[in-house]
Amino acid sequence: MNSNEALFNYTLRLGDTSLILAQRLSEWTGHGPFLEEDLALTNIALDILGRGKSLLEYAAQIEGKGRSADDLAFFRNEREYFNALIVEQSNGDYAKTMLRQAFIDCFDLLFYTELAKSKDSVLAGIAAKSVKEITYHKRHSFSWIKRFGNGTEESASRLQHAFDELWQFTGELFEMTETDTILIKENIAVDLATLKPMWEKEIQELLREAHINIPETTFMQKGSRQGLHTEYLGFILAEMQTLPRMHPTAKW
Amino acid sequence: MDTAKFEEVFEAKLAKNDFIEPKDWMPENYRKHLIRQVSQHAHSEIVGMLPEGNWITRAPSLRAKLVLLAKVQDEGGHGLYLYTAAESLGISRDEMLNALLTGKAKYSSIFNYPTLTWADIGAIGWLVDGAAIMNQVMLQRSSYGPYSRAMVRICKEESFHQRQGYESITHLAFGTPEQKAMAQDALNRWWFPTLMMFGPPDRESPNSENALKWRIKRETNDQLRQRFVNQTVKQVEYLGLTVPDKHLKWNEAKQGYDFSEPDWDEFKNVIKGNGICNKERLASRNKAHSEGAWVRAAAEAYGKKQPEKEAA
Ligand SMILES: [Fe+2]
Ligand SMILES: [Fe+2]
Repeated sequence: MNSNEALFNYTLRLGDTSLILAQRLSEWTGHGPFLEEDLALTNIALDILGRGKSLLEYAAQIEGKGRSADDLAFFRNEREYFNALIVEQSNGDYAKTMLRQAFIDCFDLLFYTELAKSKDSVLAGIAAKSVKEITYHKRHSFSWIKRFGNGTEESASRLQHAFDELWQFTGELFEMTETDTILIKENIAVDLATLKPMWEKEIQELLREAHINIPETTFMQKGSRQGLHTEYLGFILAEMQTLPRMHPTAKW
Repeated sequence: MDTAKFEEVFEAKLAKNDFIEPKDWMPENYRKHLIRQVSQHAHSEIVGMLPEGNWITRAPSLRAKLVLLAKVQDEGGHGLYLYTAAESLGISRDEMLNALLTGKAKYSSIFNYPTLTWADIGAIGWLVDGAAIMNQVMLQRSSYGPYSRAMVRICKEESFHQRQGYESITHLAFGTPEQKAMAQDALNRWWFPTLMMFGPPDRESPNSENALKWRIKRETNDQLRQRFVNQTVKQVEYLGLTVPDKHLKWNEAKQGYDFSEPDWDEFKNVIKGNGICNKERLASRNKAHSEGAWVRAAAEAYGKKQPEKEAA
């Protein structure tokens, strides 16, 4: 893998993660638990979709094979997608959506804060813009986790259930491959190993406040770095890609 | 002051084109009329999120997805401003919500039509938001201050939606033969329902004298409908599409088009609840509301515990 290929893979991974998360979040639009929250979550989906679009545009440019961001989004198959497993998980109830979001927001704030210092100026620029947005997203998701953990019996048990489903997908966020190694040497990529203790500390604190116990050991799932996913991704892509695949020569 | 004096002040404000503000005295029928109109408008914005939201996950380009997501969010925002304006007239959000969820409140019937293809998203922005603007422009000068101010903001965003909808339909009309057929099909299905948005014909419309006096209406249903047709036919022609009305014809004398009336029986039938999506829209709102109940309860319970904690 040369460094251009590594940069493409890396940007694609980030772009896919944002796009699939936004796709999931936007399923809530019009169906939120109350109007103000519906608007807030849609706003978050918009930020993340905007970031995904910028990243995929950059990936397309790096690749230099004439593919556009839309080509990357709508004409790749399940095994060619590299989004983190956690973002493709079903929305479930609002506890699950918010816990997934809290895990990701906490990761993203640490990650994009570091990426803003990347030697790659395009990635650094996208990251700097994202940090402001993620700061707000994290405040939002963290406050819901505290509310659920300390709200009613039902909200606490729903949160626990969400935790039991999602925790196994958090380990993968920190997995590094040859792509990372190459780009870390060039001061382009973020060393995920350095983020892990900070993420764990913040999440432990949040979960303690929400009365959720983190088990000593959990088997952590992985696979997305190799394009291996849960069964959800196929359905997400089938829905998302239907029109461009039906009309491959069309412009929209 | 006695009621007659209050009434005099109220009438004087109307006469001077001044705004009536929440704290001002207002006649009971004025308050009632506004509560009904503003809350119905709010409900329409909220229910209107559903037919378009239906296509967010299937939007065919990243840009189209962003635009649609932002549009649907705007509509929700419109609902929020309008609920707030209605609340200032002395009705609670819960009362309004309850009326919507139980099917007691009305909302714009257009949202009981289904969005069957992607072209419907362009058609809604272009035609439905277009018709909404034509209906609503005059409300920017409505006599009730909070309503008027909400409408200024809303109209600005609606015209943005209309331009985006027209742009989207333009891509289709000038795209592949399949895309063009999709655009024509959407126009065929949305044309008459859009014309219905201006309300029943004047000959059947109950006297709207008060609405005119209170500046919550300025032109009659038929006048607005005529203006909409005149404006839209030109756009249809530019797109190379055909208005699905074989009686459509330019009338030199009136400097406007003659056109067929929509099927008013269908209109009444959809209002009665027999549109193909009526039940689904209401069920969808009810589902979101009942599934959100535990979330709202948790937030409330947590909120109540906070001051205790601080005190302790
Ligand atoms: Fe609106
Ligand atoms: Fe609109």
